[in-house]
Amino acid sequence: MATQKLTISLKAQINAIIPRYVEPRSAVMPALHLIQDEFGYISREAMEEVATILGLTPVQVYEIASFYHQFHTKPIGCHHLQVCINVSCMLLGAENIVSQLEQSLNIESGQTTADGRFTLSAVQCLGSCDTAPVMQINNQAYCEHLTGQRVEEILQRLREAPMGHRPEAFAGAQKDQREFTVAK
Amino acid sequence: MFEQTLLKNINTENYHQLEVYRTGGGYAGLRKALNEYQPDQLIQLVKDSQLRGRGGAGFSTGVKWSFIPKDSVLPTYLCCNADESEPGTFKDRLLIEKDPHGLIEGIAISCYAIGAKIAYIYIRFEFIYGTRILQQAIDECYAQGLLGKNILGSGFDLEVIIHRGAGAYICGEETALLESLEGYRGQPRLKPPFPAISGLYASPTIINNVETLACIPHIVLRGAQWFSDIGSPKGPGPRLYCLSGMINKPGVYELPTGIPLRELVEEHGGGAPNGKKIKAVIPGGVSAPMFAEKDLDIAMDFDALAAAGSMFGSAGVIVMDEDSCIVKVTLSMLEFFHIESCGKCTPCREGLGWVLKLLRRIEAGAGKHGDAQELDRLGEAIFGNCFCALGDGAIMALRGALGNFRDEFDYHIAKGHCPFKTESIVLHRTRATG
Ligand SMILES: Cc1cc2nc3c(=O)[nH]c(=O)nc-3n(C[C@H](O)[C@H](O)[C@H](O)COP(=O)(O)O)c2cc1C
Ligand code: FES
Repeated sequence: MATQKLTISLKAQINAIIPRYVEPRSAVMPALHLIQDEFGYISREAMEEVATILGLTPVQVYEIASFYHQFHTKPIGCHHLQVCINVSCMLLGAENIVSQLEQSLNIESGQTTADGRFTLSAVQCLGSCDTAPVMQINNQAYCEHLTGQRVEEILQRLREAPMGHRPEAFAGAQKDQREFTVAK
Repeated sequence: MFEQTLLKNINTENYHQLEVYRTGGGYAGLRKALNEYQPDQLIQLVKDSQLRGRGGAGFSTGVKWSFIPKDSVLPTYLCCNADESEPGTFKDRLLIEKDPHGLIEGIAISCYAIGAKIAYIYIRFEFIYGTRILQQAIDECYAQGLLGKNILGSGFDLEVIIHRGAGAYICGEETALLESLEGYRGQPRLKPPFPAISGLYASPTIINNVETLACIPHIVLRGAQWFSDIGSPKGPGPRLYCLSGMINKPGVYELPTGIPLRELVEEHGGGAPNGKKIKAVIPGGVSAPMFAEKDLDIAMDFDALAAAGSMFGSAGVIVMDEDSCIVKVTLSMLEFFHIESCGKCTPCREGLGWVLKLLRRIEAGAGKHGDAQELDRLGEAIFGNCFCALGDGAIMALRGALGNFRDEFDYHIAKGHCPFKTESIVLHRTRATG
């Protein structure tokens, strides 16, 4: 496991966030986001460094990292496939999508493939129920209107990417091309 | 004739850019507010408009603003609630991605009214794309003197700061949002004191939903009367309805408050796909108890929905058709509430786990005689005894299903399988943790 010594630049970025808030403690979430963006997860070592910067105890940082679903304190796969299984997606077949991914990746949801390429998670409503079923990969634009075929295409694309690279799941994942139905 | 307001320009190309927004008359509301109104007059204007919060609770926005103490030595803050995590809701995301300046303008006017010099936008982590768009829009505003010091030469200063969540439904609850923003676990606070008296950093704070704030520039430009003449007299205005589930035309629809739920799903939403019949509809996000098809003539109005035992909530409308299994839907909803329980109070943390255990076994065909009654009993024990509205919302959702579709629960228990085409499922799938 690579060490997570915060670089000077990362520390500077964290320090730059502090003045946005009345209390430095408020900068703990943005600091953890920066670290996770850099390393993919947040190690104990990194949390201790954040604590020092913000004048907190390590446990005050740890309790934040452990509370929120989106902070990872252990390494996860390069591509974190997060399939929504809430009501609207479920009604439109999210279960089949999860099953397909489980079979195709040969893991259960919540697990990571042996090569560290994929982690599969079933997640709650992503706020895109009109385009169900929906999946988010890492923190990229959503993959919408999922079908079995589209899931295969996405997996193919990600499998072909060099290890460590995180391409957008499929070309045309551009949100602003959506047209919205506006009722009269 | 109803006229689009919030979504009027939603399909205009590059409307998220300041230049395009201004060409369409953008920031005229802010200019008017700063030039023609004293803060108190703005609060009165919003009161007169009878705007009620679009985040869930439906509280009068003007009245909430008027709770800010006039003589406080502490700074006042505005927090924009962009956590949008109520299942079935996706309207704030649309506004943020397509019309970020409409939101920023609303925030700026609101801050001027309540005397805030700092506004935080608490946006859910998953809205990465929206966050980017919003930050660009904020940066443009700073560059053009629409945010920062001495806005439009008026002497009014305002900083707008985006704070990203990290995946927690509870942080949409206003006091949990404040805890999270202060750098603590997102667990709700005891009320009173209400945030307007003691909120962020123990200072007076107003928390408003994205859509609520987006209404403000229009009220300033067109007047309180114009707004209060739209839709329901006691909760007027345009409203963004989110249609999803088993419906032909899912999407966000801007329509007046007060329209019948049936018209919304059948005429605007085009009914259920493949000529199927609608069986049930959730009117305001999963916390709002579902209606059976026979009850769809109800008006989408705060008071009418509350009187019928449900709520307007976030206007997230989820449609189930004749093939949808209500037991499965209920299980899905309760999985959600259980996972998202913050753990602070026992009825919610432990009670929902218990409810879930029963639901899982009923859904899996292993329900025991008396399980439905046990669910009723657990509901009694949990409802009204939770620290915040999350646990109560879970029980309301459960009761809506049990009350309207008890026969489906009974069938699963008696026969040990589902009467619909769906095979048994494993919804309690997990996410990668730790
Ligand atoms: C569990 C829970 C989750 C909530 N989630 C949200 C949310 O995601 N967005 C929101 O605007 N309000 C949410 N609310 C409502 C807020 O507590 C608050 O009433 C609202 O943001 C106030 O703004 P408004 O008056 O403009 O509606 C939630 C409430 C509860 C109890
Ligand atoms: S239910 Fe899947 S995005 Fe809302």
